[in-house]
Amino acid sequence: MADQFAALIIVVPLIASIFVPVIGWWKKRLCYPWVVAVLVIPLISSLSVLNTVMTTGKFSYRLGGWAPPWGIEYMLDHLSAFVLVIVSSISLIVAIYSKKSVEDNLPEKTVPFYTLFLLLVTGLMGIVITGDVFNLFVFLEISALSCYALIAIGEEGAPMATFNYIIIGTIGACFYLLGIGYLYIATGSLNMADLANILPDLYHSKVILVAFAFFTVGLAIKAGLFPMHVWLPDAYCAAPSAVSALIAPLMTKVAAYVMIRIMFTVFQPHFSVEIVPVFVILGWLSVFAIFWGGIKALAQTDLKRMLVYIVVAEVGYIVIGVSVANRMGLTGAILHIMNDAVMMACLFLVVGAVLYKTGTRDIHQLRHLNKKMPFTMAAFTITALSMVGIPPACGFFSKWYLILGTIEAGQWVWAAALLCSSLINAVLFFRVIECAYLKPMEPAYAHNGGETTHEEIQRDEAPLTMLVPIVIMAAGVILLGIFSGKIISSVIQFAVPASF
Amino acid sequence: MLDYVISKYNFWIYIILMMIGLYAMIGKKNLIKKLIGMNIFQSAIILFYVSIGVKAGATVPILSGHGHGHEAIDAASYINPLPHVLMLTAIVVSIATTGIALATLILIYRKYNTLEEDEILKIRKETGA
Repeated sequence: MADQFAALIIVVPLIASIFVPVIGWWKKRLCYPWVVAVLVIPLISSLSVLNTVMTTGKFSYRLGGWAPPWGIEYMLDHLSAFVLVIVSSISLIVAIYSKKSVEDNLPEKTVPFYTLFLLLVTGLMGIVITGDVFNLFVFLEISALSCYALIAIGEEGAPMATFNYIIIGTIGACFYLLGIGYLYIATGSLNMADLANILPDLYHSKVILVAFAFFTVGLAIKAGLFPMHVWLPDAYCAAPSAVSALIAPLMTKVAAYVMIRIMFTVFQPHFSVEIVPVFVILGWLSVFAIFWGGIKALAQTDLKRMLVYIVVAEVGYIVIGVSVANRMGLTGAILHIMNDAVMMACLFLVVGAVLYKTGTRDIHQLRHLNKKMPFTMAAFTITALSMVGIPPACGFFSKWYLILGTIEAGQWVWAAALLCSSLINAVLFFRVIECAYLKPMEPAYAHNGGETTHEEIQRDEAPLTMLVPIVIMAAGVILLGIFSGKIISSVIQFAVPASF
Repeated sequence: MLDYVISKYNFWIYIILMMIGLYAMIGKKNLIKKLIGMNIFQSAIILFYVSIGVKAGATVPILSGHGHGHEAIDAASYINPLPHVLMLTAIVVSIATTGIALATLILIYRKYNTLEEDEILKIRKETGA
C-alpha cells in the first residue's frame, strides 16, 4: 500500500471525478462530502511521499511497471513532493470552503462544478508529479480544459474572458508541445531524467535552442508572465469565488514549477544560464510584471480585480527568483511558490466570503466590515501584512531570500523592484484595511437617516464552512513564516540543483 | 536554395500552416474564425509530429514473423510509431478544446447576439459591464 501512494495521488481524484455525476444523479447534496472525503487521500499520500523523500531521498514510480525511458515514470524528489503537498492541501481547503459559495452562486451546476473541480486538481497534481515531458503536456491540458469550463460558468463577462483564455492558453500549450517535438527529433526520448543525460552533448545544436525557446514562451504564457498575461485578469476575475480561490493560487504557481523543472532538471543549469541569455530577458520581464501588476492593482476599486493584478505581480517575484539562477534566489522562488499559494488562497477565500455576505466587492463599500466579520477581516489583515512583507508572516522570508539572491547576482535594479513592490503592496492593502476598519459612515448616508448611523452594527460572520478554511489559511501564513527556516533546511535546500 | 526548401518540405508546410492559424487567431475579428485559426494551428503541429516519424523506404510498424523475439528487428525498415501515438492524445485534446470553445461561443452568442469581437466590445462598453 505505502509504495503505491505516488499513484494514488493521481488515480483517486481522477476516478472519483467520474463518480461525481453518478452520486449527483442519485443525491445532489452528497457531491460535496464526497469531494472533500476524496481530496483527503491525495493530501495523506503526498504527505507520506514527502516523508519518504525526506528520509530516503528521491525515488521514481513506474506506471504499470514499465521501465523508464519507455514507460511513464513519476518522479518524486524534494521539489515535486513539496509542491504536491501545497497543491493537495490548498485544493482540500478550497473544497471545504466551496459548499456555501456553490450553493449560492451555482445552485444548478453543483454536479458539473465538482466533477471539473476534481479533474482540475488531478491535472495540477499530474503536472507536478510526472517525470515525462509528454505526460506533462497531457496533464497541462487536463487542468487547462477543466479550468476553461469552470471559468465559463462564472459571472457577467465570463464567456468572453474564457474564450480569450482558450485561444491564448492553447497557443501556450501548443508551443510547449512543439518544444517536446524538437527535443524528440534530437534525442528520441521523452523521459526527463533520460533527456537530462542525453542533452548535454547537444547543447549547441540549433534544434535544442529552438526547443528551449518554445518551452520558455509556452510556459511563460501558461504562468501569465508579463507581457503574456493579458488573458489572466479577466479570466480569474470572472470565475466564481470558489474557482478563483483554487486557480489563482495554483495554476500560475504550477506553471512556474514546470519552468523550474524544464530549466534546471531537463536542461542543466549551466545551459540555461550560459548558453542562452534567457534569464536576463525573463528577469527584466518580471520587473515589468511587478510594476505593471502593482500599478494596475492600484487603479482598481474592485477588490477581486485588485487581487488578480497582484497575482500578475507575484508571478514576477517567482520568475525573478528563477532568473537570478543562484542558490539564494531559487530558494526564495521555491519558498515563494508555497507562501504565495497560501497567501493568495487566503485572500481569495476572504473575498469570496465578503461577496457571499455583503454582495459587493467594491473596496469603498466595505465600511465597518471589521465589526460585521471580525475573524474574516483579521485573516485578511494578517495576510495583507504578509504580502507587504512584515515578519513573522511568511511573505517576509521568501522576499528576503529573493532580495538576497538578486544582490548576490549583482542585479540591483531587480532588488530595487522587489523592495518597491513591497511599498506598492503596503499602499494597496492599507487602502483596503482603512476602508474596512477606520472609515466612518458616508456623510450622505448619515444625513438621510440620522438614526441608522447610531445603530449597533450586527455581527454577521461568514458561515463556518467558509470561516474555518479562512482561519486555517491565516494561521498557515503565520506558522509557515515561523517555521520557514525549518522548511528550507529540511526540504527546499535539497530541491535546489546541487550545482548552485 | 530550392533543393533545400524541397528536401525539408514537411517543415515548411507545417510552419506555413501554423502561421496561417496564428494570423487567424490574432488578426480576425470574428470569433468563429479565431476558433478555426486555432484548429489550423493545432493541426499544423499534428502534421509536424506525423511527418517526423516517417523514414524513407520504411513500412508500417506491424511486426510479422518476429513474434518469438529471437530475430533482430531492423528499426530502419519501420516507420517510428511513437510520434503518431502521441498525436492521438493531442487530437483528443484538440477536439476537447474545440468543444469547450464552441460551447463558450454559444454562451457568447446568446448574451450578445453577435460573434464579431468589435461589436461585442462595443456592447460591453455601452452596458458598462
